Amino acid sequence: MNGLGKNPRMTARDTDWDGVRLHVVTGKGGTGKTTVAAALALALAGSGRKVLLIEVEGRQGIARLFDLPPLPYEERKIAIGQGGNGHAGAPAGDVYALAIDAEGALLDYLQMFYGMRSAGRALTRMGMVDFASAIAPGLSDVLVTGKATEATRRRAGGGYAYDAVVMDAPPTGRIGRFLNVTSEVSDLAKVGPIRSHADSVANVIRSPQTAVHFVATLEEMPVQETLDGVAELRAIKGIQVGGVFINMARPGLLAARGPAQPADKEAPGEPALPGDGGALPDGDGEVAAQIALALKEAGLADSGQLAAGLAAELREHAALMALQDRARAELAGAGQPLYELPLITEGIDLAALYRLAAELRDQGAA
Amino acid sequence: MTVTPPRLEIDRIIDDRRTRIIVCCGSGGVGKTTTAAAIGLRAAERGRQVCVLTVDPARRLAQSMGLTSLDNTPRRIEGVALDSGGSLHAMMLDMKRTFDEIVEAHSDPARAAQILANPFYQSLSSSFAGTQEYMAMEKLGQLRRSDEWDLIVVDTPPSRSALDFLDAPERLGRFLDGRLIRVLTAPVKAGRPFGKVLNAGFSVMTGALTRVLGGQLLRDAQTFITAFDTMFGGFRERADATYRLLQAPGTAFLVVAAPEQDALREAAYFVERLGAERMPLAGLILNRVHVTPASGLSAARALAAAETLEAATQEALSRAEPAQDDEGTSPGQPGTMLAVAALRLHAERVTLGEREQRVAAAFTSAHPAVPVVEIPALPEDVHDLEGLRRLAALPVSR
Repeated sequence: MNGLGKNPRMTARDTDWDGVRLHVVTGKGGTGKTTVAAALALALAGSGRKVLLIEVEGRQGIARLFDLPPLPYEERKIAIGQGGNGHAGAPAGDVYALAIDAEGALLDYLQMFYGMRSAGRALTRMGMVDFASAIAPGLSDVLVTGKATEATRRRAGGGYAYDAVVMDAPPTGRIGRFLNVTSEVSDLAKVGPIRSHADSVANVIRSPQTAVHFVATLEEMPVQETLDGVAELRAIKGIQVGGVFINMARPGLLAARGPAQPADKEAPGEPALPGDGGALPDGDGEVAAQIALALKEAGLADSGQLAAGLAAELREHAALMALQDRARAELAGAGQPLYELPLITEGIDLAALYRLAAELRDQGAA
Repeated sequence: MTVTPPRLEIDRIIDDRRTRIIVCCGSGGVGKTTTAAAIGLRAAERGRQVCVLTVDPARRLAQSMGLTSLDNTPRRIEGVALDSGGSLHAMMLDMKRTFDEIVEAHSDPARAAQILANPFYQSLSSSFAGTQEYMAMEKLGQLRRSDEWDLIVVDTPPSRSALDFLDAPERLGRFLDGRLIRVLTAPVKAGRPFGKVLNAGFSVMTGALTRVLGGQLLRDAQTFITAFDTMFGGFRERADATYRLLQAPGTAFLVVAAPEQDALREAAYFVERLGAERMPLAGLILNRVHVTPASGLSAARALAAAETLEAATQEALSRAEPAQDDEGTSPGQPGTMLAVAALRLHAERVTLGEREQRVAAAFTSAHPAVPVVEIPALPEDVHDLEGLRRLAALPVSR
């Protein structure tokens, strides 16, 4: 299986999702779905490639993430991509963003297929969008996914307008309905224009060009929802389940010692550390005593009390690591490629997004 | 510099017999469901007759209560300490069933059957957007009217925004009273074939609708709306009644948020909105806060100490060329490496905690009067009564 533990690819870029042009990113609320979608877009936009990052829930999450004013219903460039292959001179690509709302998508649809934008505005004023979203959310979902698939298929200058489209999709609990457009609409519209539109949207979503990725954190509920979501999508014919992106993973203690010391340069005879497969020395008192001795050596006052606190932190950390390991193993059970992104303690800013993008490239996700 | 908000006393709220409804709201992924369950359990064990209403389709409450399934009727939760005379029930909202029951209660059998079979009704009653919030309000009203419980704890739907809970019933009502409905139902009411309506403006509109939606879809919508028409008024009234219930003094809104920017932004919107709607806000639960048992040591000093120890270790290793199995107090011994790891871990945790406090301070500065309680992050997930019990006992103050 691809994913974790893969060596950085320094040469030809073959990624796990070659051939996929529409990346749908879902995940339980609070797992950092938007952050991962944005990092994936940056990672895909290497080497002169052009990527469109779409959001569909009207939250303006992309604008916040990139520290921009609210995005309109319009494709505009928001960032340059991750430079190619880690070489300073390699060309970067462009990331465009689009915030799709049902209202804009409805106007677009009317304009594109019927050339009736003004009638569309009248419908909007009368509450057509309220109508769609209140009484038949399936209808507004079709309009929204329709816009995303249109951007994916759009042609420009002999090729595709975008090399890839990344969609920050609704959360896991709603993703099956959101993507299963044909069946959501078919009960309502057996024939007619909406139905044929839904069918053409479904053709893109259920093709090898589209993959649905899941974002999860290493906690019980997000893991369960991810496994449920993967199973739900697998049951929908033609939908390709993509990778499982573990987000906000807390690093083990080896990583906590700083990046300057690769594991193979460790001092001989170094003790195994909790969370790195080893166990703490016997007894809390023993750990605290050992730490207290070292703290004294480092010149810290009140080393006894501090050491007790630090020992407690180590113990909690070990418990957390064990929990993460269990969660990781369960996610691996989904049988999809796993990628892992660290928790960024300082918060997510543009630099952090590029760092996450680099991780995704190194792990072969893009 | 920092504002210290008043402390939110959850026990005082649940011990106050006048509190009849507690609404836990907040954006997704902040631990709302678990918090609601923990509060329900604690209230039951402090003598209240509690029913926890969850509307989360992921059945998380069921898991956290050790139940395999919840359905539309309140189930008694076993394993609750009953010495104080309290009891705990829990139920998960079955949105479609609740909706069906309303239809059946408000129309004659023939009309009810017609509505239940309509594809639009089926879409409306099983979709998530709006209907779930509406039905949650409806169910809350039913539970409250039954008077079987003296405290109802509600876990609001996992909507994208905390505000949807308040807005959805209103939106549904507005839509049902809207102009579009009148356009759609006018031809049917007038007994004419669709499209030959009174004026030119109408026919442009209906023509557009037919082209966009297709004739069949439109006819289904019209049939549904006409059949449903008689019930609209009742819906509106019931939604308004529940809304007033939420404004009453016996209700306490608890806003749950994780110490993250997005969650707290939502929390701030919600707090402002509750104020505007005159709904009784009890306070903010700041969930999963990272605290440290070694609070006297700053991140900078911890890192400096770690570097000092590492440098000493390097030096000792370069001096002692062949491996030395000396178990003295020299640098490089297991305790030193352990201390270095612990110090770096501590620095990270302090940094995380400081970021959380900065984010929280942005909220408390803007809303200094809102009581706040912090609940520390747990290394383990909560998935049984014991876990819920511990969680409810955890609130810390700084």
